[in-house]
Amino acid sequence: MGSEDVKLFNFHASPFGQRVIWALKLKGVDYECIEEDIFNKSNLLLELNPVHKKVPVLVHCNKPIAESLVILEYIDETWKQYPLMPQNPYQRAHARFWANFAEHKLLVAARIARLSSEEEQEKAVNEAREAMEKIEEEIKGKKFFGGDKIGYLDIVIGWISYWIPVWEEVGSMKILDPLKFPAINAWITNFLSHPTINDTLPQRDKMVVYYHSRRKEVSPS
Amino acid sequence: MTKSEVKLLGAWPSPFVMRARIALNIKSVSYEFLEETFQPKSQLLLDSNPVYKKVPVLINQDKPICESLIIVQYVDDVWSSGPSILPSEPYDRAIARFWATYLDDKWYPTLRSVRGAKGEDERKKLIKEVGEGLTLLEDALNKISRGKDFFGGDQIGYLDIAFGCFLGWLRVTESLTGVKLLDQVKTPCLAKWAERFCAHGAVKDVMPQTEKLVEFAKMLMAKMAASTPN
Repeated sequence: MGSEDVKLFNFHASPFGQRVIWALKLKGVDYECIEEDIFNKSNLLLELNPVHKKVPVLVHCNKPIAESLVILEYIDETWKQYPLMPQNPYQRAHARFWANFAEHKLLVAARIARLSSEEEQEKAVNEAREAMEKIEEEIKGKKFFGGDKIGYLDIVIGWISYWIPVWEEVGSMKILDPLKFPAINAWITNFLSHPTINDTLPQRDKMVVYYHSRRKEVSPS
Repeated sequence: MTKSEVKLLGAWPSPFVMRARIALNIKSVSYEFLEETFQPKSQLLLDSNPVYKKVPVLINQDKPICESLIIVQYVDDVWSSGPSILPSEPYDRAIARFWATYLDDKWYPTLRSVRGAKGEDERKKLIKEVGEGLTLLEDALNKISRGKDFFGGDQIGYLDIAFGCFLGWLRVTESLTGVKLLDQVKTPCLAKWAERFCAHGAVKDVMPQTEKLVEFAKMLMAKMAASTPN
């Protein structure tokens, strides 16, 4: 299948878009990446994702799919090589449960923390740490959430390996203390040493600039 | 599989519990329904859903599965010989999952907050947002159903279940605000779909009566008002 069949509308610093890139790369699927200017979204993007007007959007054979977790399952169902979801229904439910948890409890809190200060930030950091504790229990004793290989849940939670340190810098805060979360840190090392994961990471300095600008918008001081 | 191997821990007013029940009904699975006591939360609930301590929880051969849409997909996966709940094509599945996510993350939280709105202006704003969401869903129904009765086609499917479970609480909100939200003029296809959904064999026995839900909502609101300091 040629690369003209698969397009990804993304923004370089998006942790959501990164998931889609990792999934496509692990499966060896060719795609064209179209970089969106988040501050000046294209009319095409707004047509492709009229409900949320956000990246990432995957377009396969001219059909658009939005929402990164939905896109991941679509990719796994469409390209069967390198399966991402577990085969067993119970394990699939388990992976979806933790993906959902990480999304609603960890990501939301971490995002608030990188945008806020003082009491609001402290509250968000504590919520993020509490969520992190549950994830620490989940990864204990495993190389990856998917077992021996990177799977769906690794890709969904993968953003913490690279985005959390940037957000910590931008927000002058600490969520991922290596002493408190040794299992997560070991997983991060394993995850980032995978060439496919590492080779596609966005440039850190550009990310820092972007996230600083987002923070300034909300708290100009 | 004997009846006691499949248990569902739930509560009659919960739209999320309803999703699990409809899915099990579609597959003709015999299960034991355990009405959760809540005050205090049962040990079974605390043990089987330690992360959220919420219903529904499906327990299959002593293994708990939590989160309603995850339960629905699990039921579809396990009882694969029964009628399919998710569409067969990956793209159609993605569209169904997209709208189910929209409903849970955006539309239903907005609907819920109408009841707790502070002041008429906020209530009007939220009602408008609920209406805008219904317009999007009307459009989605037209595209997805391709002229058939349900989002799932001839039979109810994943998105019918994900959305239809909220009809009871939608009617409660209409009753409490005096505003018609699911309008036969503005959203004619959805209005007809709602009637068909509620009359469906897998749904009608597990859809709570609106009057009972209204009573329940009023009781909840009274409790909240009593516990909120002035």
